Amino acid sequence: MRLGKSLAASTAIALIAASGAYAQSLTIATVNNGDMIRMQSLSSEFTEATGIELEWVILEENILRQRVTQDIATSGGQFDIMTIGMYEAPIWAERGWLVSLDGLPEEYDIDDILPAMRAGLSFEGTMYAAPFYGESSMVMYRTDLMEAAGMEMPEEPTWDDIAAAAAAMTDRDNNINGICLRGRAGWGENMAFITTVANSFGARWFDEDWNAQLESPEWLEAVTFYNDLLQNYGPPGAANNGFNENLTLFQQGRCGMWIDATVAASFVTNPNDSTVADSVGFALAPNKDGLDKRANWLWAWALAIPAGTQQQEAAMEFINWATSKAYLELVAEREGWANVPPGTRTSLYENPEYASIPFADMTLRSINAADPNNPTLEPVPYVGIQFVAIPEWAGIGTQAGQEFSAMVAGQQTPEQALARAQALVTDEMEAAGY
Amino acid sequence: MARTVRTHRKTLNTALAWGIGLMMFFPILWTMLTSFKTEAQAISDPPVWFFFDWTLENYRVVQERSNYSRFLWNSIIIAGGSTVLGMIIAIPAAWSMAFVPSNRTKDILLWMLSTKMLPAVGVLYPIYLIFIQLGLLDTRIGLTIVLMLINLPIMVWMLYTYFKEIPGEILEAARMDGAGLREEILYVLTPMAIPGIASTVLLNIILAWNEAFWTLNLTAARAAPLTAFIASYSSPEGLFYAKLSAASTMAIAPILILGWFSQKQLVRGLTFGAVK
Amino acid sequence: MSTKASRSAARLMLAPAVILLLGWMLVPLTLTLIFSFQRYLPLRGGFQGWVGFENYVRFVTSSAFWPSVQATVIIVGGVLLITVTLGILLAILLDQPMWGQGIVRILVIAPFFVMPTVSGLVWKNMFMDPNNGLLSHLWRFFGADPVIWLSDASMLSIILIVSWQWLPFATLILLTAIQSLDSEQLEAAEMDGAPVLSRFWHIILPHLSRAVTIVILIQTIFLLAIFAEIFVTTQGSFGTRTLTYLIFQRVLESQNVGLGSAGGIYAVILANIFALFLMRIVGKNLDR
Repeated sequence: MRLGKSLAASTAIALIAASGAYAQSLTIATVNNGDMIRMQSLSSEFTEATGIELEWVILEENILRQRVTQDIATSGGQFDIMTIGMYEAPIWAERGWLVSLDGLPEEYDIDDILPAMRAGLSFEGTMYAAPFYGESSMVMYRTDLMEAAGMEMPEEPTWDDIAAAAAAMTDRDNNINGICLRGRAGWGENMAFITTVANSFGARWFDEDWNAQLESPEWLEAVTFYNDLLQNYGPPGAANNGFNENLTLFQQGRCGMWIDATVAASFVTNPNDSTVADSVGFALAPNKDGLDKRANWLWAWALAIPAGTQQQEAAMEFINWATSKAYLELVAEREGWANVPPGTRTSLYENPEYASIPFADMTLRSINAADPNNPTLEPVPYVGIQFVAIPEWAGIGTQAGQEFSAMVAGQQTPEQALARAQALVTDEMEAAGY
Repeated sequence: MARTVRTHRKTLNTALAWGIGLMMFFPILWTMLTSFKTEAQAISDPPVWFFFDWTLENYRVVQERSNYSRFLWNSIIIAGGSTVLGMIIAIPAAWSMAFVPSNRTKDILLWMLSTKMLPAVGVLYPIYLIFIQLGLLDTRIGLTIVLMLINLPIMVWMLYTYFKEIPGEILEAARMDGAGLREEILYVLTPMAIPGIASTVLLNIILAWNEAFWTLNLTAARAAPLTAFIASYSSPEGLFYAKLSAASTMAIAPILILGWFSQKQLVRGLTFGAVK
Repeated sequence: MSTKASRSAARLMLAPAVILLLGWMLVPLTLTLIFSFQRYLPLRGGFQGWVGFENYVRFVTSSAFWPSVQATVIIVGGVLLITVTLGILLAILLDQPMWGQGIVRILVIAPFFVMPTVSGLVWKNMFMDPNNGLLSHLWRFFGADPVIWLSDASMLSIILIVSWQWLPFATLILLTAIQSLDSEQLEAAEMDGAPVLSRFWHIILPHLSRAVTIVILIQTIFLLAIFAEIFVTTQGSFGTRTLTYLIFQRVLESQNVGLGSAGGIYAVILANIFALFLMRIVGKNLDR
C-alpha cells in the first residue's frame, strides 16, 4: 500500500500542477430533468457573481442514484453537491454523511420552505438537503374529452369517478386511452404510484414488527383495481411506460387522464410541446369511496452537501443561490412564471402572479394533503408515502415493481404478483437482518 | 451463355447483399436522419424520410448543455492511451509465446482469457475502494489503466495468433545471419507483424471507446468520456427522440468514421490469424 | 530451436502481462471473496460482522437465481445461434462477386461501432416503442396491432438488439476464413457437379469450423457480461434478468455488497465451467 500511496501522491501532484489554472470549482451531480437543465444554463450568473466555477455531472435518474449512493457510501469524495431525493435525505443524514444546512444565511429564510418539504428532507429536526423542486401527485385530465362524454370531473374525485371517466373517454379507434398510468418497473416508477393507490385502499407495506403485508386483502383490492384500469383503458405497452413515456403520450393527446407528478402540469400546459395545452384540467389525487386517505405522494429533488467535501462553504453558497427566492424570480424573469421550479416555497404560492397559473393552487393543495408520517390508515413503522424510508427499499421496490410490471403485461395475475412480491420482500428483509 | 448466368448471379448477389447491408445499417441511418428533425417530426406517423426542413437545432441544444469537446477529448485519450499502453505490454508477451513456446503457453493463453470472466459489477466495490486509496477516481490515467487491463487478454490473444502465422524459417535465417534479438524484432518481425498490430489496435480502440460500465462508474466530471455524455440524454422529460438522436450521432460518429477508413485492416486483422 | 538465452528473454517479455493480469484478477477476486463472507451493507455503515456461507446459501436459494441462470443461457445461446448462422450465410454472400462490395461490407460492419448504451436506447425508443416506434408505425401501416416488444417479446427483443451488434463481428471473422478457402477446390467440386448444398456441407462448413469456435469463444466472453442493453431497455423485467443483472441488483440496488459478492463468485465459477468446455474445443484447434 505504501507504494500505492506514493503513486497516488505523485499522480495527485501531477494533476494539481495540470489543473493549476482553475479557480475554485464545485462538482455538482444532478438529474437530467428540465428544471435542473435550466439551472445549469442559468448558473453562469452564479459564477459571475461569486467567481466559483461549476462542473456539471448530469445523468439519467437511475445512473445518477447509483453513482451518488456508491460515492457517498465509500466516501469517494467525487462530488461537492449531490442531487438527492426525499428517500435518501433522512437515511444519509442519519449516517452522518451530509452537512447540515443550519448554516444557511438569514436571508435564505428557511421558514419559507413548505413545511411538508422541510420535514421530508430533515433528520431529527435539522434540514440536510434543500429542496430544488417539490411535487405531489394529482389527476390531469382532458377537459374537452370529458365535455364530449358529458361528464364532469369533481375537484376531489374518488376512484370510482376515475374508473367511470376512464371508461367514458376511452376511444380505441381514435387512439385515445382513457387513462395513462405508470407501469414501468422501478421503486421510483410504478411502485411510487402503486404504493399510493395501496395507501388509499388502506394497505401498508409492513406491520409494526416489519412483517411484509403484501398478501392482505387491501393490497389485492388495490392492485386488482390498478391492473383493471390499465388493462381496460390503458395504452398499449403500459408495462413499459414510466413518467416520461406517459408525458409524451399525454402531450400527443393519447390519454384522457393521467395521474402523476404535479410538476408535469407545466409540461402538459406548455403549448410548445403539448398538443392539448389549452384543454387540461386538474383534480386532487383520488381516494376510495368511504376511506379518508388520498393517493397523494410527496417528493422533492433536493441539493445536499456530502460530509467529505473540501469546499463546504462554496457548496453552501451555491445551494443558497439555487434554492433561493431570488432564483425563482430569475427564472420567472427569463422564462415566465409557469417554468419556475414549483413546490418549495410558501412565498411563491402567495405571489399573486404565480397564483394565476392554472395548476398552482391544485399543486399546493396536493402537497398539503400528503403526510409522510401517516402514509396509510393503519399505523406503520416507517416514514415515506410512496416509498419506505429504509436502505433496503430501493432493492425491494424495484424487484416488487418488476412483478407488478409483469402483471400489467398480462404475464401473471394480481394474486401471483403479490405472492411473489411478498416472498422476495421477506427474503430481502431477512438478508438485511430484520 | 455462361457469361449471362454469371452476370445474372452477380446482379442477384448485389441486390441481396445491398438489401441486407442497408437493413443492418438502417438503425444508424435512421438515428442520423432523426437528429436533423424537430421533436414532432421525429415521432410522426407516417414517418418522414428525407423531405423535411433539416435543422441543426438539436445539435445546438446538445452542445449548449454539455461540453461535447471535453467528453470527446476524454474518450480519445482514454481509448488511445489504453491501447498504446496495452500494446507495449501485449506485443512482447505475444511475441514470446509465439516464438519461444513452452508447454505452458496454451494454458497461459487460456488463463488470460478467463480473467475476463469475473463480472464487472461484482468487483465494483473493491475497485472503487482501491481507486479511492490510490486517488485514481475520475482521472484519465485510472480509467486508461482499467481499460487496458480489461482488453489486455484479447490483445495478447489476437497478436499471438497473428504472430504465429509468421513462418519460423525466416527467424532462423535471420539468426544464421547473426541477427540479435533486437535486430530480429526490429527488422524482421515488425514489418511482417504490422497488419496484425494495426488491426489489434483498431479493435482495441473500438472496445475501449464503447466500454460503458467502468467509464461511467469511475468518473465524475473531469475524466468522463462519451459514454457518460450519452447517460445524460437517455430519458429526460418530454419529447426527446431528436435530441437523443443528435447526442447518439455525436457519440458514435468519431469511431464510425475511424472504422470506415480502416475497414480493410479490420477485415484482414480480425481473423485472429487462426482462420487459415 | 530456442536457446537458453532467448528462453529467459521470452520469460522476461511475458512477465509484465502475466503479472498485471494476475494482479487484476487476484486483487479484486480476493476482496470479493472477503466481502462475500461478510454482512456488508454500505447504507447501514458497511461491515456488520462475519456470516460464513450465509450469503452463498441465500444467493442460490433466492427465487431469482435459477431463472437468471436460465435467462443468461438463453440470451447467450440465442445470440450465438443467430450471429453464427446468419454470419456464415452473410459471409458466403459477401464473398461472391458483386458491385460495390466495399461499401456493402462497411454497411454490414457498422453496428459493431455503436456503443451498447446507444444501441439499446435507439432500439428501445425509436424502433420498439409500441406507440411512437418505427416498428409500430410499420405494423399499423399493414393494419396490425403493434407488437409490444419489450414486455411481450422481451427475450427476443434483447437477443435481437445484441445480435445486431455482434453479427458484424461474426461476419467479419467468417468472411476472412472463407476468403482463405482454396477456390480451386471449390471450383473442382463445382465442375464435378456437386450440388450447392453438398458443397456447402462438405467443403465450406468444415473449413469454417475453427473460425466458428473462435467466434463462439470471444463472443461468449462478451455476451456473459452484457449489461447496458438490459439496463436501458427492460431493466431486468419480464424475465430478462441475467446473472450479471441480478448481481447488479444485489450490489447497487439493494446495496448488499456481501450478497452481491457471493453472486459474483458464483458467476465466476459458472463462467469457468462453461469456459472449460469451450476451451477444450478451442484448445484443440489452437494446436492445429
